[in-house]
Order: sequence, then structure tokens, then C-alpha cells
Amino acid sequence: MSDLTRRTVLKAAGATLGATAFAAAIAPLTQWKPAESVDEFLRKHYKELAPDELDAICRRVEAEAKTSRGIDVHVAAPQPIPGVQYGYALNLSICVGCRRCAEACHTENNHDRPSHNSYIRVFELDNGSIDLATGDATYEHPVPAKGKYYMPVQCHHCANAPCTKVCPVEATWKEQDGIVVVDYNWCIGCRYCEAACPYHARRFNWKKPEIPNDEINPDQGYLSNRVRPQGVMEKCTFCLHRTREGKLPACLEACPTGARVFGNLADPDSELRWVLANKRVFILKEDLGTKPTFFYFFDK
Amino acid sequence: MSPRLSALGVVLAVLMAAAIAAEVADRPVVTTTETLPAQHPVVRNSHPAPRVQAGVTDHAGRPATIACSTCHAVRTPNPANHAGTDLDQFHQGLQFQHGGSTCLSCHDPGNYDNLRLADGRKVAFENSIELCSQCHGPQRRDYDHGAHGGMNGYWDLTRGGRHRNTCIDCHDPHVPKYQSAFPMPHPRDRFQIPTGATHE
Repeated sequence: MSDLTRRTVLKAAGATLGATAFAAAIAPLTQWKPAESVDEFLRKHYKELAPDELDAICRRVEAEAKTSRGIDVHVAAPQPIPGVQYGYALNLSICVGCRRCAEACHTENNHDRPSHNSYIRVFELDNGSIDLATGDATYEHPVPAKGKYYMPVQCHHCANAPCTKVCPVEATWKEQDGIVVVDYNWCIGCRYCEAACPYHARRFNWKKPEIPNDEINPDQGYLSNRVRPQGVMEKCTFCLHRTREGKLPACLEACPTGARVFGNLADPDSELRWVLANKRVFILKEDLGTKPTFFYFFDK
Repeated sequence: MSPRLSALGVVLAVLMAAAIAAEVADRPVVTTTETLPAQHPVVRNSHPAPRVQAGVTDHAGRPATIACSTCHAVRTPNPANHAGTDLDQFHQGLQFQHGGSTCLSCHDPGNYDNLRLADGRKVAFENSIELCSQCHGPQRRDYDHGAHGGMNGYWDLTRGGRHRNTCIDCHDPHVPKYQSAFPMPHPRDRFQIPTGATHE
């Protein structure tokens, strides 16, 4: 007589079933490939990086573009210029609402093509009104339209920026020259900063940005227009890969009317300081105490 | 005076002279160390006098053009003309909506290859901004302070130059009102769903 009891059979069947279920459950792990290298996983915070370590990270981002897309890009990490505090002023009297600034941002900063993303949102408002809730950012008719004016809104690079305070991992901060930046490799995608910004200036990458290879701007900044990964925040960086080299931001160059004035707030002879001293200037949502370095002004 | 005293006098005099010389030499040194960084140029767009297509080609096969003065030299200027409809020949289709100006408010009846200021001074077509500035002072003031008119290049002129539009790049001098145009496509983020759209 065999000692195969009912209890033993049930135990064996149970064990087999359990092992199979476990194997099925962990099967996806066999497909898993690390999304980042060990070096990237073990790296230090941006502010603690030595110049050679930062350089190595830039080369790694370039290498990733080569392996994932097969294209050559140049990733730099230009540093703030001593004595420069960036500021921006926008003339509401001559903005015609053509949205060329938003379009220039779209191409300069390697934005997702299907959503036509941009860091600039242009509101069409009724003359005499300043209620953004009544603004239309999706107008589709010839501009400037009668009885309307246009207000482009982008990151105000606030001196008292609420977005940087709410970040639980210090993935976003204000640089020495006043530019508020995001380290896309440090961001965990919690979107607290998006909720904290009273100007709706931050964008979230719900999916990996889709850009044809031949449309990618290869002149990239580590903290600015390099192609973002999925699941991280992004925002206007005053085109720091351009402006820290002394160039004008892309949105200003695209503006046909000269409504945009960019420059150094710390230089009393700058064009920007002339505007602030001589024009009727106002600050959007000034009552919130965010102390923007982005200003609006009128001619008359 | 003893020789020792006079020797002391000479030494003192030499020392004082050296001190004065050093002070004088110091002054220019201070100013030469304060060199300003070189500024790159700001280049303004310039448009030469227009030329009229003659409708024939020259010996090299290029379309021949003629200067304004070719025809205007033999015609008598009429200061009353202020629109294309006033003319019996040429320029009749010209649209004109520029306040109460007449042709000769800007064009020089003495030489149609020039422009002319209100005080009679001649202005080359390349410097038409000087002509516009006679009436549009506030716009010229803003332009000179970088707060009117498109540009590209560098905000920091110690690092690179800048290229600027001139008035007539955006404003047709005969119909100067900025023309309306269709805007570029808008971004389609979740705050920019067209008004009236409903959830699917």
C-alpha cells in the first residue's frame, strides 16, 4: 500500500499552484531593463556636482540621444553670468496676439509635437477687462481682433517662487541669475509645483514627448531644452541655453512687433530698466506676493 | 650754505620731483584701467530707393529697372495729390491711408530718388526712419530704447551684435496700420480645450 495520502496530494498540488502563480506574477520582471544607468542612479544633486561630474552627465545625455534616437546633439550646462539678474517685460499695447512667440518656444525647446506644447499661453481678453477667467487661449480668427487685447503668459521667474518651495525633493530651484529651473532627472513627477504656480506656467509630460528626429533642436541645455523624459515637470527657462551666452530668447526674436523686452535687471542702463522706469508697468497677480521678474506694460 | 645742506636740498628736490612725477603718472593709469568692454554693433535694416521694372532686359539678360527720377524729372510735381485716384497716369492703384499726408509730405519734388523732411532737408530712402520720426516721436523714442520693433541677436552687446527691423519692415508707408493676420496654432494642453467643448 502506497503512503500517498490525500493530505500529501493536496499539499503537492497547492505547492505547484503557488509556484506557478508566483512565476506568473514576477514574469514582467524578466522584461525589465533599468531606465537609467547605475551612474545616473547614484549621482549627486545638481547643486553638489563638481564641473567635471556635470560635464560627464551632459555627455551621458548626449550618448542616450545617440543610442535611443541615433542623432547627434550637443548638451551644455551654461552657468549664470556674474552680475546678471534676468528680467522680461511685455508691451500689451503692441502685442497683436499672433502666437509666434508660442510657436518659437515650441520649436526651440523641443516640445511634444502632437500636443503642440509651448511654455507660452496667449489669452485674448476684452478691452478694459483683466479677468483671466474670461480669457480665451484657443482663438482661431485673424488678429488683432476689434475690441480685444492679447496677454501672453509664461513663467514669471518669481523672486518669491511658490513652486520651488513645495518640491519635496528639491528638483526645482531658483538660480543665481533669477531663472527658475527643473532638473528633469531629479523630478519625481508629483506635480505639487504645477498646483502651486498661480500663473499655470508649468507643464507635465504625461507621455514621452514625440518629436521627429529631423525637427529636434540639437543645441540643448541640461536644465532647459533637452528632450524631457516621461513623467516630469517642465517650464520656461528664459531659454537659458541662449540667454546665458548673451543671446535673446527665442520668443523675443519671433515677436514681429517688438512687444517683448529682455535684459539684465541689475544693469541700470539696460533697455529693460528704461521700460520699468518710464512706462506704465503692472505685475500680474501682484497681491499674491510672488515678486515676479516678468512685467507687463502699456504705451499710453 | 654748507655743501652738506645743499646736498640735502638736492636730494629733497629730487624726491619731491619724483613724488610729483609719480602723481602725474598715476592719473592716466587710473583711467586706462577703466576700459569698457567693446560693444558689438546694432545693425538696422535699410531699404534702398525702389526701382521700377522697365519690362525689358539689358544686354546681360537681367531685367532692366529705372529710377523714380527717370520719369519724374520731366513731370511737374502737384502738391495737391494725396492718393492714387488723383493721378491720370501711373500709381493709380496705389492704396493710401496715412492721415492727411500728401505725396510730397514725404517724397522730394526736387529729386524723387530721395525723401524730404518737413524742413526741406533731404533724407535717403535708407534712412526713412528719420522721416517717420518727425510725426511718430513716441514710437521713435521707444525704438531707440529697444521697446518697439522686432529684433534678433544678443541682449548682451559685449558678446554679440543685434539686427533690428526698421519702420517699413512692418508698416507699409502708404497704409501704415499693422495688418491683421491669422495666428499660429495654439498649444492643446488640458487648459486649452476650445471653449464650448464637452468631455468625451
